[in-house]
Amino acid sequence: MAEIMLEIDNVSKIYPGRRGIFGASPEVHALKNVSLSVRKGESFGLVGESGSGKTTLTRSILHLETPTSGSIRVQGQDLGKLSDVELRRLRARVQIVFQDPYASLNPRMSVHDIVTEPLLIHHETLGLTRKQRSDRAAELLSLVGMGPQHLHRYPHEFSGGQRQRICIARALASGPELLLLDEPTSALDVSVQAQVLNLLCDLQDRLGLTYFFISHDLAVVRYLCDRVALINRGEIVEQGDCSDIFDAPKSEYARMLIGAMPEVKVPANTGRGG
Amino acid sequence: MTAPLLSIQNLHLKMSSFDGRAHVLNGINLTVNRGEIWGLVGESGCGKSLTGLSISRLQPTPPAHYVAGEILLEGQDLLKLSQAQMQRLRGKRIGMIFQDPTTNLNPAFRIGEQLVDVALAAAEHDAGVLDCPPNAGRRARRIAARKLAGDMLARVGIPNAQARLDSYPHQFSGGMRQRVLIAMALIGRPDLLIADEPTTALDVSVQAQILELIKNSVNDFDMGVVLITHNLGVVAQTCSHVAVMYAGNIVESGPVAAVIGSPVHPYTRALMSAIPTRETKRGMLRGLAGSVPNLIVPPPGCRFAPRCQFALPACTAAMPAAVPVGNDHAVACIRVAEMEALVHG
Repeated sequence: MAEIMLEIDNVSKIYPGRRGIFGASPEVHALKNVSLSVRKGESFGLVGESGSGKTTLTRSILHLETPTSGSIRVQGQDLGKLSDVELRRLRARVQIVFQDPYASLNPRMSVHDIVTEPLLIHHETLGLTRKQRSDRAAELLSLVGMGPQHLHRYPHEFSGGQRQRICIARALASGPELLLLDEPTSALDVSVQAQVLNLLCDLQDRLGLTYFFISHDLAVVRYLCDRVALINRGEIVEQGDCSDIFDAPKSEYARMLIGAMPEVKVPANTGRGG
Repeated sequence: MTAPLLSIQNLHLKMSSFDGRAHVLNGINLTVNRGEIWGLVGESGCGKSLTGLSISRLQPTPPAHYVAGEILLEGQDLLKLSQAQMQRLRGKRIGMIFQDPTTNLNPAFRIGEQLVDVALAAAEHDAGVLDCPPNAGRRARRIAARKLAGDMLARVGIPNAQARLDSYPHQFSGGMRQRVLIAMALIGRPDLLIADEPTTALDVSVQAQILELIKNSVNDFDMGVVLITHNLGVVAQTCSHVAVMYAGNIVESGPVAAVIGSPVHPYTRALMSAIPTRETKRGMLRGLAGSVPNLIVPPPGCRFAPRCQFALPACTAAMPAAVPVGNDHAVACIRVAEMEALVHG
């Protein structure tokens, strides 16, 4: 049995209701008793529609959101019980890549500053000098298929795919073991998406990373992930090996999602219009 | 023989920008008949949306500049009409649906009022839209329009439609808002519907419902549809025909079964192999290197040549013309015979 990287144990999150001048809103059960575990070195996919709780769960793993009940453990350490200093150390090992590469890079920072920022933030853990940080930035860029000539440019000079590469380089800067990928390719064209997916596969093979991959695109999840969990209205509906779920979905929800997938194949009834 | 519903012939469009003039549409030819759903696919920046906006003449001139070509709606050249004449066509003969359902409804007005406005505007040009005598008073027309609005909402699958007319847009979910916009586009019984990425902002399950709704509307209203999307899966699921665009050219077009079933143009093939399928092994996805060229200084000859794995020196000589390779299936590539052999061999 492989080592457990991330364990989510019976987590619930309730956002309290509000009473305002425009009336009251009921409380929202964003997550209901979610349990799952991610093994070291695997790619775990989380699939759900908008409003299903994917983002709440991701934010909980980063401890940006405190679960109402249940616990989240990263390599055995319970996030809820850590002090601020310990939490900061842990965060060097857990990093995230966001969906929109146009919004997640500061337009006024050069690529060099963007990629070295995590090294500054985690200075006490990593302890790199200024020169070492710059060298590391160049190394990270070459890791994601860019070059040192890009270091002193600004985000607006890059295409969407290149920006997402910069985001990945920034996420890798502090040497994480667990990477949260929050729909990293849904803002990209298919041709660019293919490049980014291949980069992610390659990086995982080379660095032994663990991926927690959030997406609503089942085709991408099927391609990249070993195991998958489907979430609907805050509850895990089904989880298991990718091949099992795609070949023999057990729940109604999984069948519905897989059935709604737009596959690129010639439809059976092609007589339309003519 | 009657004129086709929509016929775009040799359309050239240039856009002025600070850096110079970009030749963004480079001789588009497209014919859409009633009952057909044409998918326009390609990467971002290939001119899909500009083609859609050109048909409805929503692209302001300047910066846009139509250099040559014509857009014929049943024989009438839309490029020669004044904006006032065009205004009469929009909503009545040409319906439009855009990508983001949240920004296309006015948040300050009830859904019903917004639908009634469109219905009344359409009725000014064709009294048959409303189910009331042509000389009916304002009040009677308004009541008829409201009834029609309720019927349309029900038709696009909104439960309890008459009551929902009094709701505001924020009370609807994304999928419901897109249904409202489809109802709004269909209320004037258009001949041509232009749907620009209608499902990109929606979940897959909702996407499937919306696409089904568009498909059924084609039969109900006997119209033609131009569906702009970057998702080949959506095309395969919904369209009868497809035109693949690259950098302002249609590089391959034809019935979906032919183009998706046996793609010939290297760009179509590259697009299709970039999508992970059930059989794709991990790490074996074939991306398409590079990006869409700068259209201010487009590459000489075939605009896809710099990214094409089959490119020859001759490819940079001239833009290849579209060659028929089968039933309505046309490909713009000088190596079309060899590519075809590759597909079938």
